[in-house]
Amino acid sequence: MKQDKAIAFALMLIALSAVSGLALITVFIFKEGLPLILKSGAGGFFFSTDWDPKAKQFGIFSMIVGSLVVTAGAMIIGTVFGLGLAIVLTIFCPKALAAILKPLIELLAGIPSVVYGFIGVVTIVPFIRDYFGGPGLSVLATSIVLGVMVLPTVTSISIDALKSVPRSYWEGSIALGATEWQSTHMVMLKAARSGIVAAIILGMGRAVGETMAVIMVCGNTLEIPSTPLDPLRTLTSNIALEMGYATGEHREALFATAVTLFVIIMILNIAALTIARRGIMSNNR
Amino acid sequence: MRLLSPAQAQKVAVATMWTLAAITIGILVFIIGYILVLGLPYVTWSFLTEAPRQMGRSGGILPMIVATVAVAGLAVLIAGPVGVATAVYLTEYTREGRLTSFIRFGADCLAGIPSIIFGLFGFVFFTITLGMGLSVISGALTLALMVLPTIIRTAEVAIRAVPYSYREVSYGLGTTRWQMITKVVLPSALPGICTGVVLSVGRSISETAAVMLTAGSAPRMPESMFDSSRTLALHFYILSREGISMTNAYATASVLIISILSLNVIAYWIMNRFMRRVR
Amino acid sequence: MSLKGLRSVSLFTAAFAIGVFCAGCGGKHARAVNLVGSTSVQPFAEFLAEEYLTAHPTENVEVQGGGSTAGLQAVINGLADIGMCSRSLTEEESPKFTATVIARDGLAIVVNQSNSVTTLTTEQLRGLFSGAIRNWKEVGGHDGPVRPITREEGSGTRESFVHLVMAKERISKSALTQESNGAVKELVKGDSAAIGYMSLGLVGKELKAIRVDDVEASRENVLNHSYKLARPFLFVAQGPLRPDAQRFMDFVLSKEGQQALESEGLVRAQ
Repeated sequence: MKQDKAIAFALMLIALSAVSGLALITVFIFKEGLPLILKSGAGGFFFSTDWDPKAKQFGIFSMIVGSLVVTAGAMIIGTVFGLGLAIVLTIFCPKALAAILKPLIELLAGIPSVVYGFIGVVTIVPFIRDYFGGPGLSVLATSIVLGVMVLPTVTSISIDALKSVPRSYWEGSIALGATEWQSTHMVMLKAARSGIVAAIILGMGRAVGETMAVIMVCGNTLEIPSTPLDPLRTLTSNIALEMGYATGEHREALFATAVTLFVIIMILNIAALTIARRGIMSNNR
Repeated sequence: MRLLSPAQAQKVAVATMWTLAAITIGILVFIIGYILVLGLPYVTWSFLTEAPRQMGRSGGILPMIVATVAVAGLAVLIAGPVGVATAVYLTEYTREGRLTSFIRFGADCLAGIPSIIFGLFGFVFFTITLGMGLSVISGALTLALMVLPTIIRTAEVAIRAVPYSYREVSYGLGTTRWQMITKVVLPSALPGICTGVVLSVGRSISETAAVMLTAGSAPRMPESMFDSSRTLALHFYILSREGISMTNAYATASVLIISILSLNVIAYWIMNRFMRRVR
Repeated sequence: MSLKGLRSVSLFTAAFAIGVFCAGCGGKHARAVNLVGSTSVQPFAEFLAEEYLTAHPTENVEVQGGGSTAGLQAVINGLADIGMCSRSLTEEESPKFTATVIARDGLAIVVNQSNSVTTLTTEQLRGLFSGAIRNWKEVGGHDGPVRPITREEGSGTRESFVHLVMAKERISKSALTQESNGAVKELVKGDSAAIGYMSLGLVGKELKAIRVDDVEASRENVLNHSYKLARPFLFVAQGPLRPDAQRFMDFVLSKEGQQALESEGLVRAQ
């Protein structure tokens, strides 16, 4: 019995390693980044668009806007396609076909982000430049690349959400004379709503945090984009672009950029977890 | 008011959904096809077994393959036991409560953190604070933290899927809880755990941002855990971005894509066999 | 936060550190000559290291990127034996280091092949990159927008460009920023509105290098100092080099090493 207790204790310590890892990450990122935010003040850091490390100007407003804009764009694409695919796979598609398609979608999540970025640069960017104008590296190109990248996340979590809706809901709706589509959007999507919202929020988290693909297609300018064809810089691309070289305050400013990103991500994570958990409870009731 | 009758709406909606699905699959096929068509012809035996020459313009990718295997392998070797132990604790040693939801919350949040933040953390913590430098081990530890949530979650699902009767039989034979777990539960859950591990290897292989900041980019054969190294994904990034050699970039990407494809197939195959046995 | 959690992690890391230390002891004496710094010099240094190691298989040389400034930092921290720098040292930096010019590199101003502009003054360049000149018409080209492409903050190529061309002006906020010579090249190749700067040795045939102040961007002109946009590639150290690092340095400055650099498009040091 004593041995069992010891094992239980040891396992508990190990089980805390994920939480400890999270804590360590938080501590180190904030330790490196927070001093600069405090020094520059909210106005000089979050709300200034003047980023010029040589002149000790560290304003990241245009990058915050950039990150949010491309995330929104990516979510429009990712949600439309991801949700559509999830509906097809769970409702309209023969089981055998779904069994082949689902792993294929998961494969999409396994492709390295550098490959996505590269394909974006050689196909989407020249296409936009030649047919729509502008430099090609743009909000539009970034949104498309990110949209494709978040699609597997949105799809697979939405599939889980749709599958967790009791079969009887569907059958009841069909029995009442509703068409399959009516049953889908009036019953299934409603019942799976919270799971789908969680899927979208988690997708947003991925889009905000994506780095290597974005750095290749966004153009990394320092202005706030005013049209979808304008280039932009995101929080992540700012970090990856300049981290290799940065020292002193410049490095602190990049960690401060990471702090900002970290806070955005944690808000999204917690929102998704809360909504997903509430959804599971309401379905189980 | 209604533009379409329910029956028409049904048709339009189904057609739209199928189009969306077809486009998505089309994109997937395009990406994989594009890379493989342009790269596969250059993946020769000597490309896989030689060191790069002239910065990667010619020669092969052997050091990068070794670096990738070392970094991803070590990462999983570290995260695997920790993740499985966590899953065992969550499933076998506690009741659901504050502590378990705290642990799960930690793992879920960790899963959502972007790789660039893992990279920055690994850079200040492992390479600088702990003095490991830009090295295979720094990269592996960083990646271990990154894939830990995946391993915890898949292991938990796998352990929970082991029928309760197995445990009862084991207890009935008078074994201790630890013996029951190591001799009965874990072996039965092994395929499920393997799936998580294989998927984590895949994720480690395709990671770039975190590895770039922690394992470095020296295109040489790592001779120990403390040598800097360049993984395949980073090699592809550098070759294609610096425009050093497009054919070698495509060939490197092909090797990456094929490894990831095979890992996914393996994971899926294990999972399928496992599910069939459990049912 | 749970103290226990932190403790478990520190236990883990401690265990690891011990393992790591033991594994490290064996290899300590064989530490490679470490070069860290400019990503512009990196490929050339890798190339040199490759040539050197083929001739001297018992030696060990390792090359890392990170940027010129990071390279200097690494030398100060002792992480690197030699820092690679693709710009002149600043007044603040130069007393702290011994810098050796290993080669010189021209900074080519590149535009799309379809661009009719062939020559620009330094002043015009400054205007194009600062955003003061927004239409190619203003410098004698076609009627269309100008899209300057710059390198990322901290890159030696950017710093040289700013130093040689921009003087006190700032590069426009709307300038596209790319993280490598190759990416700049790819963009300029496909965009008739683009103008960028990059290593002369990497220009190739797909881009058009502009004459600056009516001097052609060529290796001869860099060598005879008539083309003004040129920068040194430096190997930087503090104090005397380790013997093995010195041997590598000697190789780089030898006839063979210099020829290797020239074959890669650089201009020899002397």
